[in-house]
Amino acid sequence: MAAPPTPRTPTGADRPVLEAHGIRKAFPGVLALDGVDLSLFPGEVHALMGENGAGKSTLIKVLTGVHPPDAGTVSVDGSLQWFAEPLEAQHAGISTVYQEVNLCPNLSVAENILIGREPRRLGLVHWSALHERAERLITELELDLDVRLPLSAHSLAVQQLVAIVRAVDVKAKVLILDEPTSSLDRDEVVQLFALVRRLRDRGVAILFVTHFIDQVFDLCDRVTVLRNGRLEGAYRVDELTSVTLVHRMVGSELRTLDELAERSHTGTAATPESADTPFLSARGLARSGAVQPYDLDIHRGEVIGLAGLLGSGRTEAARLLFGADHADAGELRIDGERAVLRSPRAAIAHKIAFCSENRKEEGLAGELTVRENIVLALQAARGWTRPLSRTRQDEIAARWIEVLDIRPAAPEAQVRNLSGGNQQKVLLARWLLTDPEMLILDEPTRGIDIGAKTEIQKLVTRLAAEGTAVLFISAELEEVLRLSHRVGVLRDHRLVATLPNDPTLTPDRILGTIATGATS
Amino acid sequence: MNTTLSSLTRPLQRFSVRHAVRLPLMVTATLLVAMFSIGSLQYEGFFSAQVLLNVLIDNGFLLVVAIGMTFVILTGGIDLSVGSMVALSTMLTAWLVEQNGAPLALAVPLVLLVGAGGGALMGWVIHTFEIQPFIVTLAGMFLARGLCYMISTESISLTDPTTTRIAQTRVLLPGGLFISPAVVIALVVLALAFVVLHHTRFGRTVYALGGNESSARLMGLPVGRTKVAVYAVSGLCSALGGLLLTFYMLSGYALHAVGMELDAIAAVVIGGTLLTGGSGFVLGTALGVTVLGLIQTIISFQGTLSSWWTRIVIGGLLFVFILLQRLFGGSRPAH
Repeated sequence: MAAPPTPRTPTGADRPVLEAHGIRKAFPGVLALDGVDLSLFPGEVHALMGENGAGKSTLIKVLTGVHPPDAGTVSVDGSLQWFAEPLEAQHAGISTVYQEVNLCPNLSVAENILIGREPRRLGLVHWSALHERAERLITELELDLDVRLPLSAHSLAVQQLVAIVRAVDVKAKVLILDEPTSSLDRDEVVQLFALVRRLRDRGVAILFVTHFIDQVFDLCDRVTVLRNGRLEGAYRVDELTSVTLVHRMVGSELRTLDELAERSHTGTAATPESADTPFLSARGLARSGAVQPYDLDIHRGEVIGLAGLLGSGRTEAARLLFGADHADAGELRIDGERAVLRSPRAAIAHKIAFCSENRKEEGLAGELTVRENIVLALQAARGWTRPLSRTRQDEIAARWIEVLDIRPAAPEAQVRNLSGGNQQKVLLARWLLTDPEMLILDEPTRGIDIGAKTEIQKLVTRLAAEGTAVLFISAELEEVLRLSHRVGVLRDHRLVATLPNDPTLTPDRILGTIATGATS
Repeated sequence: MNTTLSSLTRPLQRFSVRHAVRLPLMVTATLLVAMFSIGSLQYEGFFSAQVLLNVLIDNGFLLVVAIGMTFVILTGGIDLSVGSMVALSTMLTAWLVEQNGAPLALAVPLVLLVGAGGGALMGWVIHTFEIQPFIVTLAGMFLARGLCYMISTESISLTDPTTTRIAQTRVLLPGGLFISPAVVIALVVLALAFVVLHHTRFGRTVYALGGNESSARLMGLPVGRTKVAVYAVSGLCSALGGLLLTFYMLSGYALHAVGMELDAIAAVVIGGTLLTGGSGFVLGTALGVTVLGLIQTIISFQGTLSSWWTRIVIGGLLFVFILLQRLFGGSRPAH
């Protein structure tokens, strides 16, 4: 790497506000970062890109004092710093908004924004000033929410915005946004970008971690690319094209964007064998407060996409099919037989598998190794009286690590040390191992990089070709269109339409259906 | 976001959300009123303010201990050492005053210091070594109870004139009613705890810690300091409770307050604080203590039932309240 390119800054500052040099960090079984450099200048939006497992999250945690580095230095405004805890990083002017909302659900919105620096009078919290200040901050960002309500009363997307409001109010010199857009809808992303630009113009340095390539070109001035824990390089965004950027991220194992484009609409032939009995058939299935009565048929070898905005009831609809929630109306038939799914166990007995959106909370045991997580469901299906031999476990783990390209390819690494995309693959491996007849995938590609995304998409297509029924939930309409035979559209907890995926179906038409609630 | 719609639904939404937080508190208050009404209808002489005040007189020390416990449970922790701490405080006071002739003015601050210091030490161990509070305070429980026997295996009676005079003092209220100084102290502690929990940065950090500890850490809140502090508060409250019990019993004894930690936990839970932390009110704890006291009163008015029925009723109530907690906790908005 030659000298870093000069950034475009309104202040013309020539000295970085934050500089990391030679950062190295290892976890048991994983070398997460190896000699990584990063410099941030005042008044720039700097993207941090890389595939899953490239070390982005670890780098952020080092910069913010969550993990101390094993080697390397961090300096702020030219002076060396050693952060033992997040508070020290905050005091030095580095604020972070994490991908998963890190606020207290039991406190009010106002407290979540200001706790730790509440206005006080005579040593006591000055509540009216607190609410006033929180309200002013909220209004500045053109948001509309009641700051006195507990945070838990708001949706995940709104909670994310609250987290950003909190970070902004710290008077940060450096604002780190770790995939802030992965749970936001389009309007909210626009709001967020407007805010980020305003902060940039005020001279804040913003480190923006994202998987959306378009967002880099929309918003960012420079980009630092990591690959496999190493620095690939730092570039000015206006010197890159999306293809060269992806090339830098994936390196020699480039799966070209052309290939992706070609795949478009390949799996969209007519519904296979639509005449025979569907594998699963729901009639008037509903749960009050979660999803209104809906009808849905899923055939073997068919991919049904579920589209809809966040909170439109996509996940809720799927959970009924897995017995994770109880339906309080309607009936379900599996292979033509009436079935009542009282628990996920019952659904698993019918060979239905469910990969949850919350892979951390509902899917994986982070303390266990990759191997242990993969064999978990298979072992449960066999019963504990017939343990799998260690040799067999090793074989299985090795095979799936290869098939799904789980990185690092270390069966004994603890799952919590893996990146999001690789955790997702471990979860997939576990379910695929039980040979399911129907696979429910809830946002399997959320927050993971383009390479892993393509692999998961390919896998879905292959599984369907082999006769598995797939219910595919995703916020990305292009992805839904690429994979599905039919697309179910949800709006306000109601399945408003099931559209065949013929060449006339476009993202715009789906959006129209979502917007109007009617088939156009 | 649809502005008109949200402004229409907002008052309703706010009402229901706020309602939900206070629901357990209202259930306890209703229970209290119901118990008092039933007692008044059933038994002659039950319907009087003095009966209620006697409940406070007989349970003032428990209230103080339960207030400390509320701090700990709000952070999502537990303190099993409080009963033994109370016993140690009675022992230490009696030993200092009776057998060493120390003035109360010296004995009281010393006992409070031991309580707060012991609590802080447990808090430090819990935080620094990331050990379950359950096991650390269990060790503290054995340790404190054992220390009592180091001082004496026998009960030490207090005959010191100043002490007995204070013990017999009555604070007169209008209408021929009276309370003990212990009740005044307990109510002052209650008021202080309320202000600290709801109006100080420390108090809000206690709630934040109970809401989500790792978030609290990432938000830059002083997690370690707060954790140590809540156990110190609990230790301080048990030492103070022990002092009040010393005056109530006029003795120090290693077998005082056996199982009081469980009474305190029961009072906190019945008062509507979630064992998972982050939700609850110290005023609820006061209601919880009163409920426990009223059960005893009703059973003593009843006359024929053995006092063990108190335990049976408390057990039943706890079950109901824990089930309520579960239902309440399950109704939180899903992510």
